[in-house]
Amino acid sequence: MGFFAARWKSGPVSEHLDEWGLGGRQFGTWITWFLVGGDFYTAYTVIAVPALVYAVGAYGFFALPYTIIVYPFVFAVMPVLWKVAHANGHVTAADVVHGTYGSRGLELAVAITGMVATMPYIALQLIGMGVVIKAMGLTGELPIVAAFIILALYTYSSGLRAPALIAFVKDIMIYIVVLVAVVVVPAKLGGYGAVFSAASDAFAAKGGDTGLTLKPSQMLPYATLALGSALAAFMYPHTLTGIFASKSADTIRKNAILLPAYTLLLGLIALLGYMAYAANIKVATPNDVVPMLFKVLFPSWFAGFAFAAIAIGALVPAAVMSIGAANLFTRNVWKSYVDPGISHAGEAAVAKIASLVVKVGALSFILFLPTQYALDLQLLGGLWILQTFPALVFGLFTRWFRAEGLLLGWAVGIGWGSWTAWSNGLKPLATMDLGGVSYVFYVGLGALILNIAIAAIVTLILAWMRPEPRPSAVARS
Amino acid sequence: MWILLLLPFIGLLWVPFYNFQEPALFGFPFFYWYQLAWVPISSVLIWLVYRRLTPDEAP
Repeated sequence: MGFFAARWKSGPVSEHLDEWGLGGRQFGTWITWFLVGGDFYTAYTVIAVPALVYAVGAYGFFALPYTIIVYPFVFAVMPVLWKVAHANGHVTAADVVHGTYGSRGLELAVAITGMVATMPYIALQLIGMGVVIKAMGLTGELPIVAAFIILALYTYSSGLRAPALIAFVKDIMIYIVVLVAVVVVPAKLGGYGAVFSAASDAFAAKGGDTGLTLKPSQMLPYATLALGSALAAFMYPHTLTGIFASKSADTIRKNAILLPAYTLLLGLIALLGYMAYAANIKVATPNDVVPMLFKVLFPSWFAGFAFAAIAIGALVPAAVMSIGAANLFTRNVWKSYVDPGISHAGEAAVAKIASLVVKVGALSFILFLPTQYALDLQLLGGLWILQTFPALVFGLFTRWFRAEGLLLGWAVGIGWGSWTAWSNGLKPLATMDLGGVSYVFYVGLGALILNIAIAAIVTLILAWMRPEPRPSAVARS
Repeated sequence: MWILLLLPFIGLLWVPFYNFQEPALFGFPFFYWYQLAWVPISSVLIWLVYRRLTPDEAP
């Protein structure tokens, strides 16, 4: 089906990066809703969020406040970003940063962060696919490789139109699965009251930092994880690709109102983790919770439909992620450093090859490295991508910050954040002692605050040394 | 009007507001239905701000 997408709303796909990489910048409210919904609420989410809720209880629910507060932010910021990108023909976040500050260094920093953070994210989608493929009874790595080849070919030929079209099918399937699950499963298990009390008993027996509500020590980590994740969510190349591909700023505003429908769905999906307790399911790894629950409670044809929905679901974000990363490589590495005079058709050709390379990288990740590496790197990726926030967002509202400050802030944020996470055994939390009380918080948010502080200090020092404003590369619209 | 957009941040990031089980609703402990309730509330708040935008800002 993805191949037909090349002809859908057709433009000359191979002649211009706007066509291949942004679907012609013409996606209206509904297509954007399906596309962003499909690539922000990924197939991996459907597996991983219930798995975390199953393992730790209330703490795993931070995905809910995270995916609510992201929308006021999207509503306020992303239309402004869209206008700047649209007026100047920008395709990527790094384009926007270069256009605003005229700094090649900052542009490269944003581009590399985006590409590196995306790769493990694609790997996670393939892992999510692998979990359901295993549940369907297929073993070995062949099914994943086959799914991967389909993904690679349809993205190569159709660009962003392919995942946009598949997102329709996938989202409708996932909606059916989840609505059936949240109605039928509790009915079979004795209602939501029984589901929660079964989970409560299980956590009481398990002990530790688990339970239906948060332990006092978990409140600050919960809130900072939600806030940090929300600020990072639309810094990723795949979500920004959805923004840049929309038809108008108003399309984005309407989507900020409509996309929370997916959050409601996510909240209900998260509860599948508790339903597993009520259904007395025992699993080897938490990631098997959702497949096992479907297998036990549903007839095999519906379980198969659900697994197919999740597997197809993984293709959409994986495709958009590889397109986002390919756009970054083409515009901000290839065009900036290798071939500045590249034609529009040349850009599209480079991006197509780059999307293949990105996907092969992600595939080799899961074939040759332990799964845990992808999880750890994805976690670090969230922290890294958050450090591009000041460079991308502040410039939309103020020209006060200087590129040198933002670049140093980015470097310090990434350095401190990675080191802290690493020395905590790759946990996303940092601990700080203030006046005898120790505070535990999301390391990415701490790194962001440090990043902004450094950027402000360097800007102040530079403004004192060189008061004249530096010339900007492109006039702002 | 834009200040309305801050309400979800306050309501959801100040965890002591809602970190308890009672009162339950339809079997959902307070912690869960409170956060789920913020989904439609946030949509409505954003819509209220959207409605007040002048056509110039919302082409």
